[in-house]
Amino acid sequence: MGNTSSMLTQYDIEEVQEHCNNTFSQQEIVSLYQRFCQLDRNSGGFISADEFLSVPEFAVNPLSQRLFRMVDGLNFKEFVAFLSAFSSRATLQHKVEFIFKVYDFDGNGKVAFSDLLDVLRDLTGQFISEQQRELVLTHVLEEAGYKKDSLLVLSDFMKILGNTGLKMEVEVPVD
Amino acid sequence: MSKVNSSNMELELYRPNIEDYLPTDSIQEPLGKLKLRDLLDISPTLREAGGAIVDAIERKLSIFFSVYVGRLRVISNLDSEDSFTRCFKSNPPETWNWNVYLFPLWCLGVVVRYGILFPVRALILTSGWIIFLSCYIPVHLLLKGHDKLRKKLERALVELICSFFVASWTGVVKYHGPRPCARPKQVFVANHTSMIDFIILEQTTAFAVIMQKHPGWVGLLQKTILESVGCILFNRSEAKDREIVSRKLREHVEGAENNPLLIFPEGTCVNNNYTVMFKKGAFELGSTVCPIAIKYNKIFVDAFWNSKKQSFTTHLLQLMTSWAVVCDVWYLEPQNMKPGETPIEFAERVREIISARAGIKMVPWDGFLKYSRPSPKHRERKQQAFAESVLRRLEDK
Repeated sequence: MGNTSSMLTQYDIEEVQEHCNNTFSQQEIVSLYQRFCQLDRNSGGFISADEFLSVPEFAVNPLSQRLFRMVDGLNFKEFVAFLSAFSSRATLQHKVEFIFKVYDFDGNGKVAFSDLLDVLRDLTGQFISEQQRELVLTHVLEEAGYKKDSLLVLSDFMKILGNTGLKMEVEVPVD
Repeated sequence: MSKVNSSNMELELYRPNIEDYLPTDSIQEPLGKLKLRDLLDISPTLREAGGAIVDAIERKLSIFFSVYVGRLRVISNLDSEDSFTRCFKSNPPETWNWNVYLFPLWCLGVVVRYGILFPVRALILTSGWIIFLSCYIPVHLLLKGHDKLRKKLERALVELICSFFVASWTGVVKYHGPRPCARPKQVFVANHTSMIDFIILEQTTAFAVIMQKHPGWVGLLQKTILESVGCILFNRSEAKDREIVSRKLREHVEGAENNPLLIFPEGTCVNNNYTVMFKKGAFELGSTVCPIAIKYNKIFVDAFWNSKKQSFTTHLLQLMTSWAVVCDVWYLEPQNMKPGETPIEFAERVREIISARAGIKMVPWDGFLKYSRPSPKHRERKQQAFAESVLRRLEDK
């Protein structure tokens, strides 16, 4: 790996910073670059699925499959933009957008009952039966004023999650 | 594949009870009726994924001890790292000798180390063993009746052979603090980098240590010589062993005649930059705990024994062909369990003292995880916890 920071020029760092709307400081970007190079073992310029799977804590995360899809094949600039939702400087809007994207698997801007069910299945595994899951979801949806066949959009998510104070910050190690 | 399975089994048998590590009041916190936002809010899971990707250092419970229970307030402030392998990585020294003028000097150094130092050291060690065995065997066999005298002599002889070992690596050990003495109700704990920790400590005081059974010549030594000093042996892969071992520990500590007991609560060798979680076994014996901190100076040699990568013999040979083994040993102030403190809190407090003195970082990893990779079981555990909380909160009206 060596001195990777010497491979990133000032221009590179500034470009990345602009791309992620200044959610990371320059030091953090340098650290992220080192991490990116560490993960990108075959130096392909992007991190493939099995390189991500080699991070054990990522592999056992219940949502790893969905996150894979979002993060597979990203180059460094896009990698940083992806992670910007985890920065302490990220706005609430940004975080909710991120969560929405995780749910919206096919990227059509609408989250259906099936998407909600899929995520709930990832989080609960075999410990709740499929019927119970549907019941639970239908129940809480109706209680919040939606119907089973409602399609949720980003503004719905903002309304539901907007005032809960999402704790999603990750500290980038800077040495 | 079978190796992975057996080590998974070991992990299950020896994993510390997770509930012991969770703050007690957190699980019972009333969380109220289940709402849509509770299901939509996947931020804790995402945060852990993000932390894993970034290799973050967070101020929350590590992923292996976290439980998804909606708004669980995490109270403890342990550090977590993505690759716990960081603790067990032998940091390869940066190549400094690839350079026109340094390289020949380095070559000269190799010649000196392997050609001059190594034979001299091997000679010292061999003569040490000869002297030791020629004294030990007669003492052991002839003085069967006079136990006290025999024990005393055996103790002195074990100290002697350890000094020979240390000399064979040109060990420069600086001891700070009061020398331990044999007293009942006293246990010594130290951080663990390699089996040589034991030898270095044994040089000045004949400790009785608790160790994993090893194969080969080390095992032979364990069964014969170390047994005379009062060592307790266990086998990591045997489940029943645990109770037998804790009983033996207790008995040993009570006896006034026994040598002071030395325990390495990490349970495994860790590279000298971190300490992993201490097992509470040593801390619930109801005795005073005397911490010992050991720090090796890496400039001379990296004393970390990566037991997954090299055998002990290779490790010793590596040490014998290095310049020196330089380390500091601090005997720290004896600690007692404070009223109202759990054994785990006590263990963590002592770990903090040792880490602070040795100048190394603390990480919340379980040493035994070294023997197995995170398995799907971890994911299942989290799923189960979340599922149970969802169902429970659904009942709440």
